[in-house]
Amino acid sequence: MPDATGLELIAQRVRESLGDEAVVGTQYYREQATLQVAPGSVRDVLTHFRDTDPEPYERLMSVHGCDYLPEEPRLGVHYELLSTDRCERLRVKTRLTVEQAETEGLPSIVEIYPGAEFHEREVFDFFGVVFSGHPDLRRIAMPEDYVGHPQRRDFPMGGEEVLFTFNEHELPRWYDK
Amino acid sequence: MEVIRQKLGPADEFRAKQMNAQRMLRGELPDDELQQYVEERIWLTTLEKAQNWARKNALFPLGFGLACCAIEMITIIGSPRNDIARFGAEAVRASPRQADFMMLSGRVSIKMAPVIRRIYDQMLEPKWVIAMGACSSSAGMFNNYAVVAGADKFLPVDVYVPGCPPRPEALIYGINKLQAKIIENPTQGWRERYNAEGTEERA
Repeated sequence: MPDATGLELIAQRVRESLGDEAVVGTQYYREQATLQVAPGSVRDVLTHFRDTDPEPYERLMSVHGCDYLPEEPRLGVHYELLSTDRCERLRVKTRLTVEQAETEGLPSIVEIYPGAEFHEREVFDFFGVVFSGHPDLRRIAMPEDYVGHPQRRDFPMGGEEVLFTFNEHELPRWYDK
Repeated sequence: MEVIRQKLGPADEFRAKQMNAQRMLRGELPDDELQQYVEERIWLTTLEKAQNWARKNALFPLGFGLACCAIEMITIIGSPRNDIARFGAEAVRASPRQADFMMLSGRVSIKMAPVIRRIYDQMLEPKWVIAMGACSSSAGMFNNYAVVAGADKFLPVDVYVPGCPPRPEALIYGINKLQAKIIENPTQGWRERYNAEGTEERA
């Protein structure tokens, strides 16, 4: 694991090769290093980590979405990188608003890490983040005709109200119809 | 548990029966005794009852699982402790054309529901469905946007087995209930056992 100093060095190298605006910030929390990047430069940053960085991360373990509802920008996409040689992990986070996610979205990283294809489809399915340049951006878990992105926090939970003794008087009774 | 063995009866009575059988085989029985002998050994029933009796004792389950309850279902089929071969239901069929009933073992997601309905439609009549566990009966703990709240929304369910997951005994009891339903005694006589005649629910 890169420590806090190592994380700053990593961020410094990214800034040197891609410009200052690529890196938004760094976070070192519970011995886990996180690099926060601008949404537009995700592909460049990950290409840098795979190819040009002196300490490369050759594997992408996971891509996942996140919804920080009261905060703005709301949606987050996290990339988990792993170097099996040095046994180091690095998390790359980016944040974007709902409008941003649904219109321009994020650059797809399938060309860099092909394993990200299903992960990006999952993030698209559940959070509605569009990945431009993805070869086959369809829903992966929900049915094709499903409307909405159910893992967003403002999406209703769904399901049916369960009849218990404490609320049976408030709910329409199935045998009264 | 005490094992009760059936007694053979008094020795001379048994011996008399044996002699009777020997005489019958030799053709030495007089007409009235022969008539009584035959009446004691022939059962009359309707074809439907005999058919249902055969059906209930050779229930072939459809071999498919939906979620975690599927593991529990496998244990009642495969393990010697809860062997459902005792009830003739151990021959798991891989094809819906050969299966008699279907155990919905696990939560039914809305993406899986049309698939299950299609498999159910492919099964040949007569066919039955057991909803195993809380999820396929009423969505259970997965009461959310992705799960159909109760498989009876899209296919007829005969037996609901509650539990998360159900005990193997519960599922075996569900299969017994299904057998009783097939042979047209759905209550299995519990009203008599619990002295509860007259408490039937009316629509």
